[in-house]
Amino acid sequence: MSAGLLALMDCNNFYASCERAFDPGLAGRPVVVLSNNDGCVIARSKEAKDLGIPMGAPEFKCRQLFARSGVAVFSSNYALYGDMSARVMATAGAMVPRLEVYSIDEAFLDLAGLPGSPDSNSRLIMEAVKRATGIPVSIGVGPTKTLAKAANRLAKKDPSLGGVLVLPEGPEEPGRAGRLEGPGGPEGQAREAFLTRVEIGDVWGVGPRYASRLRDLGVLTALDFIRLPRDWVRKKMTVGGLHTWLELQGTPCIPMEAAPKPKKSIVSSRSFGRPVTRLEDMREAVSQYASRAAGKLRAQGGLASAVLVWVQTNTFIAGEPQYSQARSLALNPATSNATEIVRRALEGLTGIFRPGFRYKKAGVMLLGIEAEASAQLSLLRQMDGLAERDARAGQLMAALDHVNAKWGRETLFLASCGVARPWGMRQARRSPRYTTVWSELPVAYA
Amino acid sequence: MTIHNVMPKQTPLLLPLAHAPAGFPSPAEDYLDQHLDLNDHLVRNPAATYFIRVQGDSMRGAGIASGDLLVVDRSLSARPDHVVVAAVDGDLTVKRLKRLGRGLVLAPENPGFEPIALTGERAVEIWGVATHVIHALTPGAGR
Repeated sequence: MSAGLLALMDCNNFYASCERAFDPGLAGRPVVVLSNNDGCVIARSKEAKDLGIPMGAPEFKCRQLFARSGVAVFSSNYALYGDMSARVMATAGAMVPRLEVYSIDEAFLDLAGLPGSPDSNSRLIMEAVKRATGIPVSIGVGPTKTLAKAANRLAKKDPSLGGVLVLPEGPEEPGRAGRLEGPGGPEGQAREAFLTRVEIGDVWGVGPRYASRLRDLGVLTALDFIRLPRDWVRKKMTVGGLHTWLELQGTPCIPMEAAPKPKKSIVSSRSFGRPVTRLEDMREAVSQYASRAAGKLRAQGGLASAVLVWVQTNTFIAGEPQYSQARSLALNPATSNATEIVRRALEGLTGIFRPGFRYKKAGVMLLGIEAEASAQLSLLRQMDGLAERDARAGQLMAALDHVNAKWGRETLFLASCGVARPWGMRQARRSPRYTTVWSELPVAYA
Repeated sequence: MTIHNVMPKQTPLLLPLAHAPAGFPSPAEDYLDQHLDLNDHLVRNPAATYFIRVQGDSMRGAGIASGDLLVVDRSLSARPDHVVVAAVDGDLTVKRLKRLGRGLVLAPENPGFEPIALTGERAVEIWGVATHVIHALTPGAGR
């Protein structure tokens, strides 16, 4: 994606918002969504966060609080979340020259070249997505992915911004001469004021370990960070840290493929070198992406609950017929088996591929990722009581922590049981699959 | 060439493909290649369109019966005389949006039911605009 005007669109409390979209009775009520097999909390509405329900809390520990506070509790419904994700992406994607799916509930949008201000364009996108899907989103805009991500974070934290934060445009590239605005100019000041508000741990690409080391050195904000000498950053934090350092100063240098791993989902997607028109070629590409995604999944010891596949033409070539469609299919039971994941992805592709278009891009996303190890962990818990005192469980926890440290905090969750059981998953409180199963459609009373 | 895979499995009404040329498609093939898909007729904006099941008889006069399927587009702005799906007291309901004096009401089309005022203390929100109703003429013909 080019330099200039990048937006990061992020759905607010995505899973909880999906549940609300079809059940108006949930408005204003705390909503939580549980992991596979109803093990622990993986999503919370704002009201649920306000109650102090922590992310990842085991369901059995929260049962009383749920009952006392009237919390609406749902089993995860990845058929619904995948379909709603596809709708969000399609709606936003139709309004911008380029959209890159980053995770199930986030995408980078290229706003360059659109008429109107970035702020008003972002608000139009936000409203269009809200109307089409009922899902509220926040949008952060900046000259680089890292700044867009940081702006998004503040847009979410600060309700007075109304869901959109656009950073001042056109920061100078380091060493670029001929600009009237120095760092002390009004733009520079506004950017510095912004960077002071971004905590170092919230900077995209700065993992928890780097964050704590930096805090020890007194580097508490993004502004503190960019004031570190370039050579120091390069030496202590490798080239990844340097990229973050440059991006925070407005120099784009993180291509999508090298972007930090998203939480909760694995994406494998690429633009084609030349347009693809035949289903055979598309099947080949999708198979490749699906098996690559399955490889990443196994590398992190996870099981996926659903696969989402999408295809799109080049939206902004005038005069060419355009088409963009996505479909999600549940993997039940959750699996890391490449054959099964490829099979389901191709099944999805078959449903959405239409002849007569010049396709520019296809992608595969795995969602509802949970730890394979947690299955064994839950068995150990049952046998030995408290997991904390059990050496074997401790080892598994350590393995889990290792994976989470490496791939991001919310990559793996503890589920009470993630194994394939012949009678299927425990999903006692799954909402209807409102958009993908004929017998589970929403009901309107007449 | 695997022609049959191209067809969406759940689309019931398809005309057979007469001709499937290989190689790069010319513009004319856009027409040759088409099978008629009811989605094209019923769904203008797929990302914003939902299928909703009707339950109840308050919209009989509008040709909407219990068990029918509504095609609802959430991206459309509701205007007076549109049939809309609205969220009322925590449930979805289908009614016709009507002007009444200076206000708006959700009007049933069955004399046995009362209109719902959009002003007032009830929490009412328009959820989407119903663009089509699918009614099975033979019992058991639909899904």
